[in-house]
Amino acid sequence: MMVVRLLYFAWLRERLGCAEEEVALPPGIGTVGDLLGWLRGRGGAYAAVLTETARIRSAVNQDFASDATPIRAGDEIALFPPITGG
Amino acid sequence: MAFIRVGPEDFDLGTEMAALRAAAGDIGAVASFIGIVRGGAAAPMTAMTLEHYPGMTERAIASMAAEAETRFALSACRVIHRTGRIPLGGQIVLVMTACGHRQAALDATAYLIDWLKVAAPFWKKEHLADGTDIWVEARNADDSAAARWQTP
Repeated sequence: MMVVRLLYFAWLRERLGCAEEEVALPPGIGTVGDLLGWLRGRGGAYAAVLTETARIRSAVNQDFASDATPIRAGDEIALFPPITGG
Repeated sequence: MAFIRVGPEDFDLGTEMAALRAAAGDIGAVASFIGIVRGGAAAPMTAMTLEHYPGMTERAIASMAAEAETRFALSACRVIHRTGRIPLGGQIVLVMTACGHRQAALDATAYLIDWLKVAAPFWKKEHLADGTDIWVEARNADDSAAARWQTP
């Protein structure tokens, strides 16, 4: 089991009803894309919200990431919509 | 070393310029950009809320400010980005740069605000006059504005 910290922002946070959580991932989850698939498998809001992959961006340890970015135990992984600041 | 502040406090242009000039020393030009909450074309808006990713936001701005300082040979640079609820007409963001000559100051300011819009993790929510709230969608035009700086 690999424990990571997940952060959600903007409408992802609202629609999932969660800003932050720690999850224990089963073996075989090695990338952001794997993580998204595993989260969708939880069903409910996760299945509904995390299928909108074209509107979801990610960061691993506060650096922008892609589905292919590797994840490791203890990582901080954030999921959020395309940014709209400035 | 750029001055960066991310948080709910408002800012005063004169105060910030005095601080910038104190840090810059002998310079010939200061340029600035201020972003303001505007009414909204489609539906009347009363306020906006800015959410951000604490930690990553500051790091992202520090990285782009360091890049601008080198690329445009800046003497000083200040970036202030507000968070939380800001009413119509309120100030959202300040970018201010100082250097020897006008062109580099103007270019560095445009460079920083273009990159802030696409590479600093902030999200805007609009509060409409009819009581509904909507998250602002990212604009392709913002990506294009930032991309022009990749081929100088």
